[in-house]
Amino acid sequence: MSVIASTMAPAEARPAMAGQPFLAVRDARKHYGAVKALNGVDFAIRPGEVVGLVGHNGAGKSTLMNVLAGTVQRSSGTFRIGDTEVDSWSPHRAQAHGLRCVFQELSLCANLTLAENTRVMHRALKGFGWRRRAAAAIGRTLDAIFPGHGIAPGARVSDLPIGARQMAEIARAFSETDVPVRCVILDEPTSALGHEAANQLLAYVRAAAVRGISAILITHRLDEIMAVCDRAVVMVDGAVVAERPIAGLSRAELVGLMGTVEAPRERERKARPAPTAEAALVVDHPGRVAGDLPIRAAAGDIIGFAGLDGHGQRERLRALYAAGRRGAHPVAYVAGDRGTEGVFALWSIADNLTIRSLDALRRRGLISVAAERALARSWAERLKVKAPSVDAPILSLSGGNQQKVLFARALASDAEVIFLDDPMRGVDVNTKQDVYRLIRSEADRGRCFVWYTTELEELTNCERLYVFREGRAATMLSGAAIEPARVLEASFGGGHD
Amino acid sequence: MTDATLPARPRAGRPAWLRDAVAVGLPTLALAAMLAVILHIRPSAMSYFGFTLLFKLATPLVFAALSQMLVVMLGDIDLSNGSFVGLVTCVTALFLQPSPVVAMVIFALMIAAYAGFGLLIYLRQLPSIIVTLGMSFIWLGTAVILLPAPGGTAPAWLSGFMGWRPPILPLPIWIAIAAAVLGHMAITRSSFGAVLRGAGANPRAIERAGWSLVGIRAAVYAAAGVLALLSGLTLTGLTTSGDANVAPAYTLLGVGAVILGGGAFTGGVVSPVGTVVGALTLSLAGSLLSFLQVPPTWQIGAQGVILFGVLAGRILVTEKS
Amino acid sequence: MRSLRLLPAPWTYGFIVALVMWITTTLYGGLGSAGATAGAALAFGAFSVVVGTGQMLVIASGPGNIDLSVPAVLTLAAYASMATMHGQASMILPGLGIALAIGALAGALNYAAILALRLPPIIATLAWSFVFQSVAFTYGGDATLKPPAALSAFASLRLGGLPVMPVVVMALTVLAAIMLRRTLFGRRLLATGQSERAADLAGVPVRRVRLGAYMACGTAAGLTGFLLSGFSGGAALNMGDAYLMESIAVVVLGGTSVAGGQANALGIWGAALFFNLMATMLNTFHFQAGVRFLLTGTLIILIVAVVPRPRTA
Repeated sequence: MSVIASTMAPAEARPAMAGQPFLAVRDARKHYGAVKALNGVDFAIRPGEVVGLVGHNGAGKSTLMNVLAGTVQRSSGTFRIGDTEVDSWSPHRAQAHGLRCVFQELSLCANLTLAENTRVMHRALKGFGWRRRAAAAIGRTLDAIFPGHGIAPGARVSDLPIGARQMAEIARAFSETDVPVRCVILDEPTSALGHEAANQLLAYVRAAAVRGISAILITHRLDEIMAVCDRAVVMVDGAVVAERPIAGLSRAELVGLMGTVEAPRERERKARPAPTAEAALVVDHPGRVAGDLPIRAAAGDIIGFAGLDGHGQRERLRALYAAGRRGAHPVAYVAGDRGTEGVFALWSIADNLTIRSLDALRRRGLISVAAERALARSWAERLKVKAPSVDAPILSLSGGNQQKVLFARALASDAEVIFLDDPMRGVDVNTKQDVYRLIRSEADRGRCFVWYTTELEELTNCERLYVFREGRAATMLSGAAIEPARVLEASFGGGHD
Repeated sequence: MTDATLPARPRAGRPAWLRDAVAVGLPTLALAAMLAVILHIRPSAMSYFGFTLLFKLATPLVFAALSQMLVVMLGDIDLSNGSFVGLVTCVTALFLQPSPVVAMVIFALMIAAYAGFGLLIYLRQLPSIIVTLGMSFIWLGTAVILLPAPGGTAPAWLSGFMGWRPPILPLPIWIAIAAAVLGHMAITRSSFGAVLRGAGANPRAIERAGWSLVGIRAAVYAAAGVLALLSGLTLTGLTTSGDANVAPAYTLLGVGAVILGGGAFTGGVVSPVGTVVGALTLSLAGSLLSFLQVPPTWQIGAQGVILFGVLAGRILVTEKS
Repeated sequence: MRSLRLLPAPWTYGFIVALVMWITTTLYGGLGSAGATAGAALAFGAFSVVVGTGQMLVIASGPGNIDLSVPAVLTLAAYASMATMHGQASMILPGLGIALAIGALAGALNYAAILALRLPPIIATLAWSFVFQSVAFTYGGDATLKPPAALSAFASLRLGGLPVMPVVVMALTVLAAIMLRRTLFGRRLLATGQSERAADLAGVPVRRVRLGAYMACGTAAGLTGFLLSGFSGGAALNMGDAYLMESIAVVVLGGTSVAGGQANALGIWGAALFFNLMATMLNTFHFQAGVRFLLTGTLIILIVAVVPRPRTA
């Protein structure tokens, strides 16, 4: 590969610049209509520095990242790169300055090979032999970050498992052709990575920092921040509320800075024994491969699915749902991915809420509008959906309220078994508590819940827990054994600290 | 299943290279089978002259299908392709001989309009199927205004070129090979082709990588216009006159050829070689049946059966039973 | 759905433009021509409306869903019903039954190909349309059968100056509108059209719903073939051709979104009247056919480019 000295990148040597920020924004603001996503943020990063950016969902981390990457234009505020004031910033200019991003949702083109995806990012990869050079560039970086990765640069992205895709995207961000990499922004980079790959990445970020490459790490896994960052920046409601060096900062302090009150972990429900085959089961699903536990549940049970994201929980939940639709006990499903799997975007709250119950709302063959609205009103009220009326468009609601409508859709139906697909992502604490209470009271009235969640504290609502690993329900925990440490241990297959 | 620390294993299904080979291989197989049947029935067709006749009408369809392929590559569909070709034949037959400059200016305007409509679809986020439906009426209307009844004459050099007998292989075969090779180099092999295919599959990723989608889409639509122009020119060379209604079938046959050749409407998945083979296959289907002495009324149906056959074959071969 | 009614409704544009054209034509042709112009537009518009209503159900069932086999099914059903009736009034009902059955079967075959071969609808319906066309050519090619006199009489029957068939079709439109809003099938269709995955997870039997949409579309095409052959004195090989693009155009101009999940049965009338009145108006002004195409295309593009679109996620 030929490394051509870029004319666009600032020519200064890194060590000499150590004191001056590579990139700095002052009083950055971003409005979407009346919504203030960024409300006057000051942020700077020096060469070779690793900054952890933490905060709850909706705190503005992703918006800040997009502003830095040039994919979103700031509404106001100053932007400096090196000692140059930058007015209009774009992804192209950001790349020319060696600033790279790994976005939360993958930004690879699934129809292209890894080498082709590398070419998409590097303008220098053209002309004769570009394919070979691209493969070399991505292969080298993959080897450096994830030794033993086993990913071929000629592989098509759609053929790679999700973890390998994430590794590929990270490697692409660190790959170099003509422009040296100076700063990489990583948004939840380890969400689909296994334990070992995540550690490899964190080690690489540290090693790169020594070479003067700075990094911004956005993650919910605070342990990763503690392990790898020099400094933590805490955001709440579109503003930076704290900036601390990691040295001397404890995890609990960091959590405190985020304004979280860690809920006392109390067991709200008694452990119930796993139902035997003879009992009245409403869910009875044999394991699909060797080592995959059968899943059984009786009326009134709350069953949890846990494990690292993307280890087969959702697939099993879908399989249970599909089997349940053919079975004797009516089922309902509460989707977590509201946008694509949950709401009907063109419809009102009432239409969205009643779609699962229309059968019962028919009078002489036609759907009774009066009965429909009555049902929608009563459930919107029970779940405290904040809306002027049930006729308001579903998209006029906040995410949390949309989620409540999806819950109401399932609860208002005749379903005896309700599947929850990580539905509380990005929902505020109060809503969560409301919903937890409702789930427990509905379970007491004989409904069965099968609940996949990525939030460990939610698991304490369950009586029985299946921890998934590599596509299988690998471990069952019940009662007092449901504890974050035990769950993590089972997720990683034992060897975790 | 998704543990990223393990070496990547191929997912259920066959490997990528096999799928690519099948994409192009199946229509090629269908083409070869049809040729075999024809040559079996009429061995005399196995000649320079016989092939010239068999593939005579394939050339315009090859270009029209490649034009459609570019639009499908962006994740759109072009319902105006056939009537655009019709308009080109009218302009060619009316102006190219007496006033080449006028013809060139009109052609340039038409291609600019194509690019403009491509941009309109992107900038206003409109459904391409409706905008191109509207475009098809515009091309047709313009053509009918220019040339209310079929007529005009093709320039002598154009009909001369289409009647040219190059060495070794007949002209339509040479053109098909050249189109397939050039298309393969430009779309499948070149570094910009990778960006273009990426823009069809995941435009956001391409934008995030610093490319201008506006530029990409305008350029691809303009290129589609150029290919449709070539289709119209070669068609005029063959028919020697202009006709607004000469080629409405090209729109959907072109779509069929793209899909036969392994393309998908999801965007970014197209094969120029496959498309060319698909176009040859569909244009040969008609000749095959007349050789088989099947009544001409079944010839259209045969195209449908071939579409089903090849696409069903692809499902059988590429998916694990 | 209810909330959309508060927006300035794009589907009314067709009616407005149609009205303007009618008035223009009448001003030019004199008041005496007003009734005839409107009557002709209603009669021809009715056929577009029946085909369009079927196409609307398919288009509303989700992005990418479209039925290109409409013209072929229409022609095939027309021939089959002509052959069944053989000019006898007593066979009108069996003829109608055959036409509807062929349409429904064609729709089922379309969806079977979509499902079994995982084909994009545009390709599956295109391939079937080739096959249907061949069947019609082969078995109907030289049929010069006349429709039963009773059917022809019904197709152009007028009661008190009011053509009956358009009124019947209007009743069908009203039924379709009620079906979309008030029946399980209608709601489930619109849910499926907005998001097939969300509909599946909300308990909608999406396959059955999509099958229903395609069968309804085929049936509508069959019915049109039956009525049209009665109206125009027999079946003809190219009788369906005009309905390929027109069925899509009236649906979209009528306010149905090609993104799926939203349908407007009433709006199809506006678009159909607009198409037919424009033809009449341009004829009245002695414009040639090319101008009509040009105007049609420009208006289609203008209307989709200008109308406010419903928000999606």
